[in-house]
Amino acid sequence: MEAAGQLAKEGFEVSLVEKDKETGGHIKDWYKLFPDRRNSSEVRDYLEKKVSSKSIRILTGTSIEKIISNKESFSLVTQDGTELKADAVIVATGFDLFKSARKEEYGYGIYDNVITSADLEAMFRKGKITMSDGMPPKTVGFVHCVGSRDEKAGNFYCSKLCCVTAVKQAIEVREHLPESKVFSFYMDMRMGGAYYEELYREAQEVWGINFIRGKVSEASESINNKIVIKVEDTLAGRPLKMELDLLVLMAGMEMSEGGNKIAELSGLKKGENRFFAPLDHHIANNLSSMKGVFYAGTCTAPMNITETISHARSAVSEVVNYFNNTNS
Amino acid sequence: MDNFGFAISKGRQIDWEANNRKVADFIRENEPSFKLCIACGGCAATCTAGNFTEFSLRELNILIHRGENTKPRDDLKKCMMCGKCTLICPRGVNTRNVIFVARKAYQKFGDYAF
Repeated sequence: MEAAGQLAKEGFEVSLVEKDKETGGHIKDWYKLFPDRRNSSEVRDYLEKKVSSKSIRILTGTSIEKIISNKESFSLVTQDGTELKADAVIVATGFDLFKSARKEEYGYGIYDNVITSADLEAMFRKGKITMSDGMPPKTVGFVHCVGSRDEKAGNFYCSKLCCVTAVKQAIEVREHLPESKVFSFYMDMRMGGAYYEELYREAQEVWGINFIRGKVSEASESINNKIVIKVEDTLAGRPLKMELDLLVLMAGMEMSEGGNKIAELSGLKKGENRFFAPLDHHIANNLSSMKGVFYAGTCTAPMNITETISHARSAVSEVVNYFNNTNS
Repeated sequence: MDNFGFAISKGRQIDWEANNRKVADFIRENEPSFKLCIACGGCAATCTAGNFTEFSLRELNILIHRGENTKPRDDLKKCMMCGKCTLICPRGVNTRNVIFVARKAYQKFGDYAF
């Protein structure tokens, strides 16, 4: 959306293809954003305004089914048969959240009170955090690195936003339920962003979140419907078990299904992490192996919103260079 | 001289130069995934032996890498080779084989491991 808006500003005619019924991607499912906990709708409103330009044609609820590469242009055919002619293409297919049921040992989809970070956001949006029986939880646990940094899930990489999301959500749980006790089970706390570490500190100082260093090995359900987790408290050097009312799995980021489809149709190269592989990670991060095709955002790697927007803008600058033939 | 029962305490420091890391080298050679541990403790959380006795593969991994061999040599006997730790390991360390090879190393090197 950012790239489309920016291209329109530069005077290009743009078609924006979105597989969902509405534009806005994952932001529309989120409640508040880290690190300042502003309402996600503020960013979404900004993006919607940006794509409201007359030179942007938005096609929602459809995806690309066919890509024909002509000499210096492209022909893209959507599901409903619309053919889009383009001189340049920006791939901005984003990410999918890791499907947490794949980590069977955590029991997502088996135990009602094991939910994902996205499910929790949906609860925040409704303004009510409950267990499956409708009661508010007294103890809530967060499991970091679900589907990230995990050879067994096939994902070696760090999704890098789940840590700070867990901290943000832990604070929000305490805001909604001041009586609750919140625990965060982490392998490493990766607070590599502006004001992330400060948020982590606030979580300890103001909200009393308990951080326990250890990878949760499994979750099960007790006879009284509590979620029982097993973890090694690695800093105490002893195994620990805990009964929780609600367990939140911090699902990582993966290459989107839409992105995989585009990769198949186009032959664009993917990296070892299965995201699109930019031509050069440092100096040509928006370029693909195909002339006239550019990347924007999390289709190339996990990124936060700030990075995604910057990446989208730099993609536009590469497109401008491409048309000016200055980008050889 | 009369023995008054006083002695100089052994230092608590890990003495990098004095320590012998040939057991670690042997395991790394024979089970290279041994290098990949990030000390998350998943192995120790799921470990039946560790839930009843003082046994943590996460701890042993670090001690062996540092050349602190006494505790690992004794503790390794507690493992029942069930392999649950291997199923859990997010780094793909073949933990079961690490233990197997470590036991072999202590047998092979005997007192020279220290």
